[in-house]
Amino acid sequence: MLTPALAGLAIFFVYPLVANVYYSFTRYNLLQAPEWIGFRNYTYLFTKDPKVVAAARNTLWLVVILVPVRIVTAMAMAGLLTRAKRAAGFWRTVFYLPALIPPVASIVAFVFLFNPGTGPVNAVLKLVGIKGPLWFNDPALAKPSLVLLGVWVMGDIMIIFLASLLDVPQEQHEAAALDGANAAQRIRYVTLPHLRPVLLFAIVIGVIDTLQYFTEAAVASSVASGRSGVSVQLNQVLGYPRDSLLTYTEWLYVRGFSNFQLGYAASLAVVLFVVTGVFLALLLRRFGAFSPDGRV
Amino acid sequence: MTARLPLAPARTGDSTMRPVGRRSVVLLWIAENALRIVLAAIFLAPIAFVLLTSFMSSSQTLTASLWPHPWDFGNYQRAFQQVPLARWFANSLMYAGLATLFMLVSSVPAAYVLAKIRLRFANLIFLAIVVAMLLPPQVTIVPLYIMWAKLGLNGTLWPLILPNLLGDAFSIFLLRQFFLTIPTEYLDAARIDGNGDFGVLARVVVPMAKPGVAAAAIFSFFHAWNDYFGPLVYASENAQNWPVAYGLAMFRGSHGTDWGTTMAVTMLVAAPIVVVFFFAQRTFVEGITLTGVKG
Repeated sequence: MLTPALAGLAIFFVYPLVANVYYSFTRYNLLQAPEWIGFRNYTYLFTKDPKVVAAARNTLWLVVILVPVRIVTAMAMAGLLTRAKRAAGFWRTVFYLPALIPPVASIVAFVFLFNPGTGPVNAVLKLVGIKGPLWFNDPALAKPSLVLLGVWVMGDIMIIFLASLLDVPQEQHEAAALDGANAAQRIRYVTLPHLRPVLLFAIVIGVIDTLQYFTEAAVASSVASGRSGVSVQLNQVLGYPRDSLLTYTEWLYVRGFSNFQLGYAASLAVVLFVVTGVFLALLLRRFGAFSPDGRV
Repeated sequence: MTARLPLAPARTGDSTMRPVGRRSVVLLWIAENALRIVLAAIFLAPIAFVLLTSFMSSSQTLTASLWPHPWDFGNYQRAFQQVPLARWFANSLMYAGLATLFMLVSSVPAAYVLAKIRLRFANLIFLAIVVAMLLPPQVTIVPLYIMWAKLGLNGTLWPLILPNLLGDAFSIFLLRQFFLTIPTEYLDAARIDGNGDFGVLARVVVPMAKPGVAAAAIFSFFHAWNDYFGPLVYASENAQNWPVAYGLAMFRGSHGTDWGTTMAVTMLVAAPIVVVFFFAQRTFVEGITLTGVKG
């Protein structure tokens, strides 16, 4: 009964992981046979590639800003919702709803909402006398605009915090209150320690997810550039505006699947694997819960 | 939620230790609810604006007005004329439907074995599944792309559908977490009644873990419906084979960006997901909290 799944792991996971390392030492464009070139892909990657530094920097920016902002908002919202005695299900649904919307739909919606000329956000800002910025069309604001999107869809993390907050034994709060702890102290000494495992989990999963950040950035560039369309090649618009949204995985896509430098793309994938692997190891070590006998 | 209210003795203790005036309780209640209402309005506003814009004529979307006048219901129809939208929906249904069906056939038995049967290397297999589930798809995309190119299936969605026949790591993980909660005594009883592994699985495990199987099916369906990277890599060259989420990313009116029709398509892509969610909300939330990971 396990055989098909084992075959699946071998064919679609173990084999490509190993083959990827092999391809990373070759030059390969699908047409000619792979040509062994030693470490040349890696030398090029670390010393000459004109955009890999910008791409890695953008991804790192998102990891450092997007992940904590999303987690803090999700925690605050979960806190606000646990205190809702009535209609808890209603509030939970309202704040979770955006997370449910397909990512392509929500990012297309955001580029529309924040479009500088006629978008509702700048229209509302104008009503109160503020001249709205260029958002997704401004290299300095494109990534912060993606953070706003990330906050809007924080419901996926909020749900996990909510479940954990509702598990905090009420008796501990009461005991702390009897000992004279005020609300802030109760949060610090009762709630937060209880949330710690979930928090760590959210951070590591958030980092791993953000290291592969692709869809929202690619679609934002494509729609905001005004050059999306059935006939437009994605590699012409990725990164718009001015490479500010070019993420590491987008660069891998451009090299591998627009330029068909599959060997080079494999070397970019190896580097991604090593970086992700560090966080994955952290997660697996910290959470014995991922072991066969435990539960998350 | 009522079960979580403080017990009566504690409540008296609370009020003697820290006397809180009736008025400040009321004020706090008002402040918290006001905050919730304002935030809810902000969170729902984007959806409202998208919906309203989908009813605006293309000339009106180029103005700053936020309310449709007159209401133009033609965008939904026009979108179907401008791009092969019906075809894209059919592709999405095929991709998501077959992927989910194949996933269930292969992953339910695998999860059962991992949850309930002692076997050698179980730890190693489980570790591989967790790592496969969490690693970015870009890490293995190059060799997989080359493999499907050699099989002549690039340009279609089959490279995204067929692997589900051999199990999906995330689904196996999710299902296993559900199966672990079934007491082993039930399985033993079914075995004594003469059931083999498949009998136990079909007669005991699946019926008892129905919410888990439903959650795995929903996640798998959503994952395929929402997928952008997969269709981009395998099917971008062939617009006839695009799923609708990918088509939306490429959508554009016939004369430059037309926000009215674009928002209509956006609503159409999101609608099926939201409808399924409202029918299966509890199952869905349980799935997220049990694994901590969204499909």
